[in-house]
Amino acid sequence: MLDFHGYGPELLRGAIVTTELAFAALALALAIGLLGASAKLSGSRSARGVATFYTTVIRGIPDLVMMMLFYYGGQVLMNQLSDYLYYNHGIDFFVQFDPFMSGVLTIGLIFGAYMTETFRGAFLAVPTGQIEAGRAYGMNRLQVFCRIMFPQMLRHALPGIGNNWQVLLKTTALVSVIGLSDMVRIAEQASKAEHAPFKFFIPVAVMYLSLTAITELAIKWLNRRANAGVVGGI
Amino acid sequence: MADDSAPLVCRNIHKSFGDTPVLQGLDLEARKGDVVSMIGSSGSGKSTFLRCLNLLETPTSGEVIVHGEPIQFRQNRKGVRVPADQGQVERIRARLSMVFQNFNLWSHMTVLENIIEAPVHVLKVPKKEAIERAEAYLDKVGIRERKDYYPAQISGGQQQRAAIARALAMEPEVMLFDEPTSALDPELVGDVLRVMQKLAEEGRTMIVVTHEMAFARDVCSQVMFLHQGRIEEQGSPEQVFNNPSSERVKQFLAPNFQRSTL
Repeated sequence: MLDFHGYGPELLRGAIVTTELAFAALALALAIGLLGASAKLSGSRSARGVATFYTTVIRGIPDLVMMMLFYYGGQVLMNQLSDYLYYNHGIDFFVQFDPFMSGVLTIGLIFGAYMTETFRGAFLAVPTGQIEAGRAYGMNRLQVFCRIMFPQMLRHALPGIGNNWQVLLKTTALVSVIGLSDMVRIAEQASKAEHAPFKFFIPVAVMYLSLTAITELAIKWLNRRANAGVVGGI
Repeated sequence: MADDSAPLVCRNIHKSFGDTPVLQGLDLEARKGDVVSMIGSSGSGKSTFLRCLNLLETPTSGEVIVHGEPIQFRQNRKGVRVPADQGQVERIRARLSMVFQNFNLWSHMTVLENIIEAPVHVLKVPKKEAIERAEAYLDKVGIRERKDYYPAQISGGQQQRAAIARALAMEPEVMLFDEPTSALDPELVGDVLRVMQKLAEEGRTMIVVTHEMAFARDVCSQVMFLHQGRIEEQGSPEQVFNNPSSERVKQFLAPNFQRSTL
């Protein structure tokens, strides 16, 4: 019988925290990725510049360093901003940078950069004739984007999104370093206390593995749907 | 003066890409029921001219007038001429539907979805009505049984006929055809041309860029021969084919005289 020395419920809560963190960061990363790709493909030179700077910087810094910068540095900046607002403008504004929020922000920003590249390539893969046909039939920009560009882009983006998602999910383990009680941190504490590393880390490994396996199935299903109309399928 | 009720008139159209002039002062007047063909060698500007008519390309200068309504232009900050009112352009495009050389059916939609897409989302036709209409047009082009197929699952000729049904479903005032048979296998060309001939006989206003000389000669009411961005010869098919005044036209048509009728 599995015996977690009473850590079972906590491990489970940790797994839920991990899942929440991963999905929140994914949502942010997808939003940033779409924005970033639009900026990179836009006619505006400054938008392209900002997006290129963002992806270059983010992709060149280790995830752990980014996370610490955000968690510790973010709080310092927030404190200063809060002081400034209070003493100079009498505004009482303060946000506590908790580990969960820092984790979502950092991971979202990091993977937003990868998603930017994924979406950019996917948008470029949509044949111009498809877009031209939309315009020729009187569609406005929004309709061309929503009805034609987006669904066709998705087909090219999904494999990349799937890869990014797997890496993102595993990156969530890093937040245990800044003190979030995710399943990795719980397992670490428990294994130290009980001198039983296998008993706690193997379930964590299995948990990650099942999360990646389940979501991989979901992505495969999405992929099949997005590839409707493609002869030969995937 | 051009007739105000003419579905499509354009005057003195110029278009340059960078420093390269592609169109150098073209005029066109398509009255209701006219079938105008534009012929000429590759690079003569036929397709660019056609694309200027629905503003897929913005003419560098000149006027485009749809049913008496001139399209408004302005200069952008870089001094490039652009349409002044995107809404007007979209409204006008919905009245001039285009059939492309490479079909450009939306690959993620079935044939039926392709046909109802613009009527439903641009013209705001109720979906049920759009489907009925689409099925009628699919009957007309003879591919109703293919309505639930995706474009990649049907032949090029069927795709082009689906694209013609998509154009018809807009109930357009003018249909623009950009080399509609150039990407097709020879044995599929006839099917598409027969559909187009049927449309011409129904009295639809059509402007057709084509290399099919027999079609230009036998079906069209007006033939324009373009050469280096200018109209080299223009008139009835008899005039242009049987009695061309330009040496260039004679040269171009000589090898085509052996071609049979449709």
